[in-house]
Amino acid sequence: MTTVDRRWIWLGGALLLAGLVLLPFLVKNYRVFQFNLVLIYAIAVLGLNILTGFNGQISLGHGAFYAIGAYAAAVMMDRLGLPYWSTLPVAAALCFALGFLMGFPALRLGGHYLALATFGLALAVPQLLKYKHIEGLTGGVQGIVLVKPEPPFTFRLFGQPFNSDRWLYFFTLAVAALMFLLAWNLLRGRVGRALVAIRDHPIAATAMGINLPMFKSLTFGVSAAFTGVAGALGAIAVAFVSPDSFTVFLSLTFLIGVVIGGLASIPGAIFGALFIQFVPNIADELSKSAPSAIFGVFLIAFMYLMPLGVMGIVRRIWARWRPGAARPLGQR
Amino acid sequence: MSSLLEVRKLCAWYGATQVLYDVDFSLDAGRVTAILGANGAGKTTTLRALCQMVRTSGSIVFDSQRLVGKATEGVVRLGVAHVPDGRGTFTALSVEENLKLGAHVRRDKADVARDIEKMYSRFPRLGERHRQQAGTLSGGEQQMLAISRALMLRPKLLLLDEPSFGLAPLVVAEIFAIMRTINQDDGVSMLLVEQNARLALELADHAYLLETGRVALAGTSEQFKADESVRRSYLGY
Amino acid sequence: MEGVLHQIFSGLANGCIYGSVALALVMIYQSTHHINFAQGELATFSTFIAWALMQAGWPYWAAFGATVAISFVAGLAIQRIILRPVERAPVLTNVIVFIGLLVIVNALSGWIFEHTIKAFPSPFPQKSMLATRFFSAHELGSAAVMVCVLLALYAFFRFTPVGLAMRAAAQNPESARLVGIRVSWMLGVGWGLAAAIGAVAGMMVAPIVFLDPNMMSGILLYGFAAALLGGVDNPWGAVIGGLIVGVLENLLGAYVIGTELKLTVALVLIVGVLTLKPSGLFGKPVVTRV
Repeated sequence: MTTVDRRWIWLGGALLLAGLVLLPFLVKNYRVFQFNLVLIYAIAVLGLNILTGFNGQISLGHGAFYAIGAYAAAVMMDRLGLPYWSTLPVAAALCFALGFLMGFPALRLGGHYLALATFGLALAVPQLLKYKHIEGLTGGVQGIVLVKPEPPFTFRLFGQPFNSDRWLYFFTLAVAALMFLLAWNLLRGRVGRALVAIRDHPIAATAMGINLPMFKSLTFGVSAAFTGVAGALGAIAVAFVSPDSFTVFLSLTFLIGVVIGGLASIPGAIFGALFIQFVPNIADELSKSAPSAIFGVFLIAFMYLMPLGVMGIVRRIWARWRPGAARPLGQR
Repeated sequence: MSSLLEVRKLCAWYGATQVLYDVDFSLDAGRVTAILGANGAGKTTTLRALCQMVRTSGSIVFDSQRLVGKATEGVVRLGVAHVPDGRGTFTALSVEENLKLGAHVRRDKADVARDIEKMYSRFPRLGERHRQQAGTLSGGEQQMLAISRALMLRPKLLLLDEPSFGLAPLVVAEIFAIMRTINQDDGVSMLLVEQNARLALELADHAYLLETGRVALAGTSEQFKADESVRRSYLGY
Repeated sequence: MEGVLHQIFSGLANGCIYGSVALALVMIYQSTHHINFAQGELATFSTFIAWALMQAGWPYWAAFGATVAISFVAGLAIQRIILRPVERAPVLTNVIVFIGLLVIVNALSGWIFEHTIKAFPSPFPQKSMLATRFFSAHELGSAAVMVCVLLALYAFFRFTPVGLAMRAAAQNPESARLVGIRVSWMLGVGWGLAAAIGAVAGMMVAPIVFLDPNMMSGILLYGFAAALLGGVDNPWGAVIGGLIVGVLENLLGAYVIGTELKLTVALVLIVGVLTLKPSGLFGKPVVTRV
């Protein structure tokens, strides 16, 4: 890269950072809440992308890990009185363990069979959460109501107070930045190449000495951990968990986010999250009687125009602009 | 001798990458023509271009019909049978089902059944395994199946992509002998793509040499065998 | 003892329905190698069409026949118009399009036919001589219908040239083109068949669970599980898988875990079976040379 390029990148990065920091003070509370959710969904979608985009294992059940993370946070905060930030590592560890375990049957199943198994997981978790015998812990059908954490200090900027929602925005932003950095670090080295090798040529990968079962289970675990952390953040932001918030459609929504953003792409997760947060709202505004039909039309239209997701288009433009550049990891 | 296939200024692309540059060649009816060249020269692409499986420009005239712009299925229906590289067998179906599929476009049921029997007598190993799943056959048997499937079309032109690939020498000799029989007895014209130049020149009447997507040399197989540079680079002596 | 038998037989009856949905899924899979998540919604919509025809005065079997025909054409049209642009796109892109289709059809059902639950007639009258102690006339009748559909399909795929061409087109589209098969149209026919079978399944289910836009959601999942359990490339397996799932669901619900968790436990069991036998109970493990 030439020095000119590097300067542009620093400038662009600085502008982006400034924008992100000022954003919550330029808009009303509800929008801040929505942007918060975008960041949270981005983490969840990134988690799913690691598994499905980079490693080729399809999961229709990541809503379950989100739910588990959310409930872990809720139980810790409400029943055990623990501070909100301590719930994140616990959610991560718990979901990692469960995801890792999920990896074992996943080894034998592929494609549609894995889709069914994970779909079953997505159905099972809300049912389990409603189960009478553990109502004491989970709050049953009514769920658990939480208290939004207060910011550690307060001030005003552009006339907007630094309140709970804005504080959570920065908290989530920090966590998201950390998780994205973690993912980027993980995926750009040997691990990333191994994941893609397993996705594209499992037999060759094994022949080259990659421990397939270990890798696939670890990937499942890491992917679940990411989504679990997102779930915990979600519980904190929404201040409420109930079994019906985590239906099968949540899992489908994450998958939609992955594909719309672009498979095997880290920045794609952000586009995916923007889509799943805002497009349903747009659909609502366009049609009162059948908003989901409009949403469906949007989905199909996006797939016609961008079969490889938003990042697919970005990459095509990038390739045309710099024809000599190597293809980024994970792209066929 | 009439020209069965006339190709002029053929260019082909895989996506945005151009692979063939103004390729000219022709094939007379009843003849065997070979396309030779090293890996990556564009030999397989040429066959795929004839079947319109890749983006092409230029002129391809087969049996007085223009092929550029037709769908692959349309080209096949005109009487062009392609044995692709890798054989293209329907691995999950049985041997007999593969043969039946070869005759998919034909309407004459009785003749189709007779042709299948003919294939079994020509390749007894296929007859023995006719109910077996095609994917479990050995490489040589799959090649025999692929050629038989192509012949079930009763094609005017048979395209063969590296029939010797991955096969033991004895098996290859057997297959090439059968190909000569098919050409001489049944009068099937053949366009043969081969890396094994020696074998190809034994069978073919004419040959073209492709180098990085362009025709570098054209002539009869005798001329090729006599050519110094061809002998050194491709025939190994 | 009679209680258990009753559960089993009732499970078998439900199983017929899951089996027919599974059949439709297997059909699409055989011809396209995709699992169509919108199957249930299309079946529901077809059933609404039948209902509308009968409301307009059409006799049952005339409405039945017309609905099956319309569904075939609609399935073909959906493939040719909506799915063709993404035919060559990656699998997950297609999955998203299926989800979009699912959502649109579901919304259309609700918008055109409203969400009020409707009764749907059965062609097999209650008091006929078909009824026995363990099976109602409708259960026997729908089982018979399904067996007929199954036999017809089996014969179609095994013995007809078009059926063979469809299987070839699904397995290896490029080679299929090289033998002159119009692969795109084969995909369309596959969809048409699946839509027709789905319509039959919907019309057999509706008298039992009543007709509303979300009629098929739960059933689709069971159908999906049944198709995978039986082996996603095997029509017979789909039916037997359906029967097993039906019985399992009933027995689990009544004796093991209660209705709340029966779906979960059923799925866990199915996944367990698949882990042991990855291509399903009756699926043909396709041998590939490494």
